[in-house]
Amino acid sequence: MSKIEVTPGMFSKVEIRPSLKTTITMAITGLVVLVAFGILGKSGDVMFVWSDTRESVQLPHWVVNSMGFCTVVGVLLLAMAAAAFFYRRANKKSPAWLVIIFGLFAIMALLGWLATGASQGVQMVFILSNTLVFAIPLIFGGMAGIMSERAGVVNIAIEGQLLTGAFVSSVVGTMTHNLYLGMVTAMIASAILSMVLASLAIKYLVDQIIIGVLLNVLVIGITNFLHSVWLNNDSSHLNFPGTFDRIAIPLLSDIPVLGQVLFNNRITVYLMFLIVPTLWYVLFKTKLGLRARAVGEHPLAADTVGINVGRTRFWWVTLGGMIAGLGGAALTIGNVGSFGREMSGGQGFIALAVVILGRWQPIYVTLSALLFGFTIVLRVWANQVSPGVPFDIITMVPYLVTLVAVAGFAGRVRAPAADGQPYTKE
Amino acid sequence: MSKKKEVVAIPESKVQSVLQEIMSGDPVRIALSILLGFFIGAIFMVVFNTQVVNAWSNFGADPGLAFSSVWWTIQDGYGALFTGSIFDTSAGNFLDGLRPLTETLRFAAPLIMAGLGVALTFRVGLFNIGATGQIMIGLAGATFVSTRLHMPAVIHMIVAVIAAVVAAAVWGMIVGILKARTGANEVIVTIMLNYVATALFTFCLRQPGLLLESNGGGTPKSDHPDPTAMLGSLFGTGFNLHYGVFLAVIAVAFYWWLMERSTFGFRFRMVGHNPSAARAAGIKVENTFVWALALSAGFAGLAAANQGLSLDGGLTTSIEAGIGFDAITVALLGGSRAGGVVMAGLLFGAFEAGSASMQVSGVSPEVLGVVKALIVLFIAAPPIIRAIYKLPKPKPKALEPTKQTAKVSK
Repeated sequence: MSKIEVTPGMFSKVEIRPSLKTTITMAITGLVVLVAFGILGKSGDVMFVWSDTRESVQLPHWVVNSMGFCTVVGVLLLAMAAAAFFYRRANKKSPAWLVIIFGLFAIMALLGWLATGASQGVQMVFILSNTLVFAIPLIFGGMAGIMSERAGVVNIAIEGQLLTGAFVSSVVGTMTHNLYLGMVTAMIASAILSMVLASLAIKYLVDQIIIGVLLNVLVIGITNFLHSVWLNNDSSHLNFPGTFDRIAIPLLSDIPVLGQVLFNNRITVYLMFLIVPTLWYVLFKTKLGLRARAVGEHPLAADTVGINVGRTRFWWVTLGGMIAGLGGAALTIGNVGSFGREMSGGQGFIALAVVILGRWQPIYVTLSALLFGFTIVLRVWANQVSPGVPFDIITMVPYLVTLVAVAGFAGRVRAPAADGQPYTKE
Repeated sequence: MSKKKEVVAIPESKVQSVLQEIMSGDPVRIALSILLGFFIGAIFMVVFNTQVVNAWSNFGADPGLAFSSVWWTIQDGYGALFTGSIFDTSAGNFLDGLRPLTETLRFAAPLIMAGLGVALTFRVGLFNIGATGQIMIGLAGATFVSTRLHMPAVIHMIVAVIAAVVAAAVWGMIVGILKARTGANEVIVTIMLNYVATALFTFCLRQPGLLLESNGGGTPKSDHPDPTAMLGSLFGTGFNLHYGVFLAVIAVAFYWWLMERSTFGFRFRMVGHNPSAARAAGIKVENTFVWALALSAGFAGLAAANQGLSLDGGLTTSIEAGIGFDAITVALLGGSRAGGVVMAGLLFGAFEAGSASMQVSGVSPEVLGVVKALIVLFIAAPPIIRAIYKLPKPKPKALEPTKQTAKVSK
């Protein structure tokens, strides 16, 4: 047999030409900002309030003319779209930082346009910190989604896992007067629910989507029942846990704007800072993660090299459920302070969307969750500063963005190849 | 690699084999699931009843009371469910006693119609979670016709029903087209479209030019539908049952004919059984997806018409009342067959109707939510029920050729 010489690049002959769609989307967004918010925008001033009154270092308020500001931002956005176009001409993908900065600028223009003439101005600390708080359950739910889907199990039951976590953390936290115990039991309870999902899906080969939907229905049913017959009778002793204290990290929390937003938070937020990079590292840099991905992409091949497909999937789904339980705890003892009927309110389903939008990658998933968190804040805030705006339409945007992503218009979205496929040994 | 293959794809074959098992579910297994669901529901009622707990904590003093309290709690709960949903034993005469049964029918009608829609997609090997959104869009259509257009009686009602069906079907078609053109997973698409549809309907309800009530304020609410467009009451005062129940009857008959007798339905089922074989046989699988999802949404539109044209007062989004989500469980429980969906819809309708009288008798109707979920879980996951009752594993049945197969194979 003749030897085949392996040369670098011989397996990558197919050049993937970066899609034009990103560039076009950027250009259109830039034009909309320039024309609708800038040239045809609202006359009047807009005030950007950078610092919270509690902060030690106060940044001065920043008052600018709304039309002028949006025009400048619009021109900058178009310049960035042009840069993206040149990247594409050179057959390179536009770097992620360019897209992120573009997004931030566009959001600033939107905020400025909305708050034109409003007396309270754009309260940056309020908007950013609430974005983070609202995004936390979505991020944890998204991590649960990544962990099970990367290993090849579709997890529709995130909603139920969040709700379980919220319920258990609130009840246990109140009864034991120990919120940390509440958090841990929430994770355990959610993991048990995931084990039901995992064993039915992996061992008994029940359809994963159906079982996920039904587990959601079951958890909603049980928590509604317990809420009405048990918690409501004696809510001060059963459903009144309070919330974790805010922990201000010394020095870091004194940074203007970002310090208050990032480093003066509850423990659930800090756990997120820990879990997301860890998951990214484990998934892409360790043998453990490689095995999980192998099982999710090509279970037969993984089995051939001696990886136990069923066991790998089982534990990844279970651990994912644990993190979703933490997300549930973030809803109650990390934010509101008590359990409410069906309080997850579809966030588990949004987490599914976030996973797709973030392309099954922890960092991107976190960013997409922040986008959803931001729209939740925007809905509340826009109604205050500028009541005429049709915020029902704003509500739709993230879902439409997800639809566009799922339909494959915005770049390549590729699920793990064996996602949702049960594996049986021949 | 083409783009179609890159996007999320849930393998159809697996879904089908599970669905086939659910559909072929023998009556014994279904009966056992329902029994077990009610049994576990009874445990929930008993354990969280303070009187029972007190009686058991004094077990030594009065063991008889402990046992009888358990019995009475269960009897109160399920007894109230019976009198609230089937026959009211306290009513003056026999006909008035049947009022609960008419309530069951009233609640069952929209569940059956929306359930048929979800069932249709199951038969094609798809999973339509979007009934919620399709009902919202159907409601928008029905509300627009019933509050903004003015026509003679009956005709107005028919036009409003058609508007609801068409609006919902077009909305469902979007899912089909996305699935057919880009391979997008219909589960995710329908979940997203549910939120979009809800927001869209709320938006329309806020716009004075579209659906907002005249002299309306900030709350998204429509006018009262014109009396000419309303589905009239069937039995007059005292009974709430309206002509919507006939819509359900028509829907069931149409579904049965469509799926069991028409060539269209034959194509649907063929794609559901084996898309590759269907493609080889010359069926345009992608087009079938589009039509199936549009028709499925049309059934949800009928449920929307039932909801939107029967209520006294203006409409809000809450009129959807979780029907779109319950429709999934109805379709699963009913094994995606016309008869099964009717039975499942009646059971769930009875649960809805019985809730009120359970509340009155002091038992939390929320327990029915648990019972509902458990029943469907047991039916959808045959291994659980088999393990509990130690049933033997069924032998795989060979598919019997139906009349159509014989016709086509000539």
